[in-house]
Amino acid sequence: MERILIIGATSDMGQAFAQACALQGSSIMLAARNGDVLDRMAKDLRARTQVAVSTHAFDALDMEQHEVFYQDLPERPDGVICFVGLLGDAAACQQSFEVARRVLDTNLTGVVSILDLVANEFEKRGRGWIVGVSSVAGDRGRAPRYHYGCAKAGLNAYLSGLRQRLFKSGVFVMNVKPGYCRTKMVAGWNLPNTMTSEPEEVARVILKGIHRKQETLYVRWMWRWIMWLIRVLPECIFKRLKI
Amino acid sequence: MVNKMQKQKIADWGNYPVVEAETVRFNQAEQLRVALGEPGEVIAYGNGRSYGDASLQKRVIMTRSFRSFLSFDSASGVVCCESGALLAELLEAFVPRGWFLPVSPGTKFVTLGGAVAADIHGKNHHGEGSFGAHVVSLEVMRADGSIVRCSREEYPEFFALTIGGMGLSGVILNVTLQLKAIESAWVRQQTIRASRLSELMDAFESFDEWTYSVAWVDTLAGGDALGRGMLMRGEHATVEQVQGHSTFSAASQRKLNVPFFLPNGLLNRGTMMAFNSVYYHQNQKPVKERLVHYESFFYPLDAIGNWNRIYGRRGFMQYQFVLPRVTGRVAVEAILKKIQASGLGSFLAVLKLFGEQESFISFPMAGYTLALDFPVCFEVFKLMKELDAMVADWGGRLYLAKDARMDEAMFAKTYPHADDFREAIALLNGGSTRFSSLLSNRLGIT
Repeated sequence: MERILIIGATSDMGQAFAQACALQGSSIMLAARNGDVLDRMAKDLRARTQVAVSTHAFDALDMEQHEVFYQDLPERPDGVICFVGLLGDAAACQQSFEVARRVLDTNLTGVVSILDLVANEFEKRGRGWIVGVSSVAGDRGRAPRYHYGCAKAGLNAYLSGLRQRLFKSGVFVMNVKPGYCRTKMVAGWNLPNTMTSEPEEVARVILKGIHRKQETLYVRWMWRWIMWLIRVLPECIFKRLKI
Repeated sequence: MVNKMQKQKIADWGNYPVVEAETVRFNQAEQLRVALGEPGEVIAYGNGRSYGDASLQKRVIMTRSFRSFLSFDSASGVVCCESGALLAELLEAFVPRGWFLPVSPGTKFVTLGGAVAADIHGKNHHGEGSFGAHVVSLEVMRADGSIVRCSREEYPEFFALTIGGMGLSGVILNVTLQLKAIESAWVRQQTIRASRLSELMDAFESFDEWTYSVAWVDTLAGGDALGRGMLMRGEHATVEQVQGHSTFSAASQRKLNVPFFLPNGLLNRGTMMAFNSVYYHQNQKPVKERLVHYESFFYPLDAIGNWNRIYGRRGFMQYQFVLPRVTGRVAVEAILKKIQASGLGSFLAVLKLFGEQESFISFPMAGYTLALDFPVCFEVFKLMKELDAMVADWGGRLYLAKDARMDEAMFAKTYPHADDFREAIALLNGGSTRFSSLLSNRLGIT
């Protein structure tokens, strides 16, 4: 039986992932800011399954507390997945560095802070898996939401470096770039159905990806090609486009 | 999740009618209370698996995000869940632990709230009744935001009004349900071929002791073969009977999908006749028995995602009626002849013998129920109108969860408690926020 730590568990993808893991029999440690939602989730998982579920307060921005948080976990996790992310308001990011910094810290600094602790432990132990949920927005900076994009680009680089470092010690690192997904982050957006996944689908695909040791995961296949195209467009054309 | 209001086109499973509606989502009771604070007509919408317009209105409350499991007692098999949870989620969680749904409809993709509101039935109705019979208690939010906890002991009238009440008494918040103990995920299935209607009905009436029974009818076969079909009976398999299979294994993940609406009219008399003939003749032995997984016994159509799209964008209508047992034999035959004379065929026709049911407004009554699918077209409306008269004359009625066109007079004539139901709903609907659906408006209930 695996013990899985889910950071940012109250996100829609986090909730779906927790449920999928619990149903396959893994014990679950849920970490997030909102204690009420965490308690509700834990109650739900205990009714659905018989696995052990615990809840832990975690704030990605409160980086000084990360070490205490990680050491205080009741059990050492076999796998860690981080769903922490903040889209932020693009216009506000451009106007106020405070807002922009919050986006950068939530998506990048805070995630690096906690995953470094996990990585050090897993490296020493010589086993485990780490999944970072990044975004297709990190594949190339674009005018709408480039603060979010640059943080996710940083996370992509971090995860790829981490993978190389931990490969020798047998620790598996995965980078998930979901593409459009129907979550509260994009509530009210008009998204094309064929390119948009459901949180449950993301959870299923990630679990399968961990099993198959897929290193970079796009949830729906077309995103890999769309992002490839966006990446290879020459800058002189790209800068004129509205995408 | 906030109360985001969105205008979107919505429909139920038959894709007829399609309406523009304002949709409100919620995942906490408090958010629902805020949404109900806005005056106007509103109805709950679950997973959109009723067929007609029962969950359609200009403003709808989407319940699918309100789906937490609240408790489960592994000793008694009593579970309590929020109303947006799907039956599929219950199966996923509890079949491996030896519990099954007390009543299964033909699809597992309905919400618990919808199952209660339509008081759905399954292949075991003759012995175990409808879904409502297994509901222990409910919590319902009324239009004024108050929450009523009801059961057979507490507010029994309100409880009776909510079971089968088509969502008109309020928004069902959570459902406490008694599950049924099983020994395995497998079903011992027996298939009996019947070469005409009377044979099929004899088979139904002589084998009441089977827990599950249902029949497929070839509506296109005429003459001597009128009403030929196949009766399927089932029994949950015991541990000894599943030797060689893993007791609670999940079904294989094989799943097909219809990715877009197929052309209107692809399903026509010719293609249906070919299909029915192949389907009927695939079973060469008169009686065949085998062990099947519960998924394929109860939910064969769930293996094809979006199967409703094979009828084309115009959509389809189900016509499901029930007739008292005494008139049933003659009446079903007459109705099949009527359909044949019309030249329209029903692709899927499902026949079942219901048991007794005491209820306020629910569909089932002791007798034969036949469910027919027709692609939406002009002639179908005319045919159904004529069938209405036959069904009403023989003392039968139509299933509200599948209806998109019955008129007020037909409803009043065929549902014995129609007047009482209307009055009770009117009493509850006193405030500025009122529960009503396109169905309840059409039938003159609201």
